[in-house]
Amino acid sequence: MSEVLVLVDHTDGEAKKVTFELLSAARRLGEPAAVVVGAPGTAAKLRDALARHGAAKVYAAESDEATNVLVTPKVDALATLAERVSPAAVLVPSTLEGKEVAGRLAVRIGGGLLVEAVDVVADGGDVVVTQSVFGGSYVVKAKATKGTPVISVRPGSIDVEPAEGAAAEESVELPALDAAKHGRITDRQPVVGGDRPELTEASVVVSGGRGVGSAENFEIVEKLADALGAAVGASRAAVDSGYYPHQFQVGQTGKTVSPQLYIALGISGAIQHRAGMQTSKTIVAVNKDPEAPIFEIADFGVVGDLFKVAPQLTEEVTKRKG
Amino acid sequence: MNIVVLVKQVPDTWSERKLTDADHTLDREAADAVLDEINERAVEEALRIKEAQGGEVTVVSMGPDRATDAIRKALSMGADKAVHVSDEALHGSDAVQTARVLAKAIGTVEGYDLILAGNEATDGRAGAVPAMIAELLGLPQLTQARKVSFDGSTVTVERETEEGLTTVQASLPAVVSVTEKINEPRYPSFKGIMAAKKKPVNTVTVADLGIDAGEVGLAGALTTVLEAAPKPPRTAGERVEDDGTGGTKIAEYLVGQKLI
Repeated sequence: MSEVLVLVDHTDGEAKKVTFELLSAARRLGEPAAVVVGAPGTAAKLRDALARHGAAKVYAAESDEATNVLVTPKVDALATLAERVSPAAVLVPSTLEGKEVAGRLAVRIGGGLLVEAVDVVADGGDVVVTQSVFGGSYVVKAKATKGTPVISVRPGSIDVEPAEGAAAEESVELPALDAAKHGRITDRQPVVGGDRPELTEASVVVSGGRGVGSAENFEIVEKLADALGAAVGASRAAVDSGYYPHQFQVGQTGKTVSPQLYIALGISGAIQHRAGMQTSKTIVAVNKDPEAPIFEIADFGVVGDLFKVAPQLTEEVTKRKG
Repeated sequence: MNIVVLVKQVPDTWSERKLTDADHTLDREAADAVLDEINERAVEEALRIKEAQGGEVTVVSMGPDRATDAIRKALSMGADKAVHVSDEALHGSDAVQTARVLAKAIGTVEGYDLILAGNEATDGRAGAVPAMIAELLGLPQLTQARKVSFDGSTVTVERETEEGLTTVQASLPAVVSVTEKINEPRYPSFKGIMAAKKKPVNTVTVADLGIDAGEVGLAGALTTVLEAAPKPPRTAGERVEDDGTGGTKIAEYLVGQKLI
C-alpha cells in the first residue's frame, strides 16, 4: 500500500486537531505517514499522539533553521519524501501557511494542486476530492490528472477516527538553505486566544454582527461562547464598526468556518458573510428583523432581541451542564 | 524601486457566482466582473512605496480581454504601465499553470525589485499563487503581510496568520503578498482615469512568453473537475417569534439535535 504524506500542524510539538483529521483522511487512501517539521526533538514529543491516530510512520525533518525560515523547510521536507516514497497523495491543512506549502510543493514536484478539500476518497486508483466553492454555493468533485495529488484539506471537515499506528520514526535531512531565496523569521507573537478554541478548528462558533451594537456588548456573545466551549466570530459589519478584532472575521474576506453548530447573533446574513459559514452543519440565528436573509439558511431561528435571547440561552446551557 | 503588482479580475462577491455546465469553469457572463478588492490594496501599497522611494509600478494580469477594465482601474489609481496576458488557450488553467504564466510575464518586466500581490483572490481562493511565483522565480516569499517596510535592500513584513504575528525579513528582490489590513486604497481621481487611457498596456499571448499552448488551459491542466453542481440551497428551518422564551427554545432545539 502506498504511503500518504500528512504534514503535521503543530505548535511547539503540540498537535492541532486538523492533524488528526488529515491522518483519518489519509487512512482511506493508503498508509498514513506523518511528516513533522520543526526544532530537534519535536517529532519525539508528537509521536504518541500521532500513533493513536493511525500514523504508520513519523518522518522527522528537524533542524533549528526549520523553525526560523518561512514555509520553505516544509516544502523541502515534503518534496524530498515525495521523491523517495512516491506517495498516493500529500495532505496538508488548508490554513494560510498550509495552502502556501501545498502550492509551492505542487509547483516543485509537478503535482496536481487541489485546494480547500472538504472530503477525500479513494476511487479506483484515483484520489477524488470534494470542494466547496464560491462560499459553499457549489459542490465540485475533482482529481489530479498528472503527478502526485497535493491536497489542502479544510480544518473541521473530516471526522477524527482514532486508530493504532506503529509510528515508526525515521529522520529526513533538510537541504541547506540559500539565504538570498528565503524569508527569515526574526520575531514571533503567537495569538493569545485565552481558553477559547481557534475559530477554524472549533466545533461550535458563536458570532456577533452589527446588531450587537458596540464592542462592550460583545461580552454577551463571548459569554454564550464560553458556556458552549465555542469560538467567537464576528461579521464584517461588526469588525468594520470596530466592535471586534479583524482576526475573528467570518466571511468571504475573513475566515471560512464549518463547525457542527454556528450561532449568529444580530447578523443579517449578507452574501459575503454566508460565504464563510453556510457549510456549517447546524445554523441557529437570532435577529430582530424577520426579513433578515440569515433566516433563509438557519435551521432554527428566533425573531427577537438578542440582548434578551442570548443571555437566556447562556443561562439554559450553563444550567444543563450542571 | 521598481515594483510589479499582480492583479486579477474576479466575479463580484456581491453578485451570484456560477460555474458553466459545459466545462465547469467560471461563468464569466453570470456575474459582474471587478478588480479584486485585495488587489486594490496591493496597488495602493505599490504606489505608496513609489511615492516614498521613486521608481515605476507595472501591473501584470492574466485574463480574458475584458480584464482590461481591471488593469485600467489599477492604472487610473496611479500605476505606470501594464502587461496583460490574454490568450484563448489559457481558458481553464489551474493554479500551477497560472503561476507559471505569471512568472514568465513578470520576467518580461525589466529590473524589478519587488513583486506585490493580494494574499488570496476571492474566487479561486488557492491563496498560494504569490508563494508559487516565489518558488518559480527562486525569490524570498514574504506573504500575508499587514505591514511592509524597507531598509536599503532589506524588506521586512509583519505576517499575520492563524498562528499570530511573525516578523519576516529578506533581501530584495522578493515577493510580498498583502492582507486586508495593509491600507485603505485610494479612489482613482478624474485626472487619473483620463491619464490611464494613455498609459501603455502590453498585451501578450502565451507564445510571446515562450510557453507552449498545450501546457496551459484545460488540456494541459494537472487537475480536472469531474463534476460540479450548485449546492441545493439550504432551506429555512423552524422559526419562532421571541415571546420571552426564545433562549429556552433554542436550548431545547439544541438538546433535541444532541448539540448540547
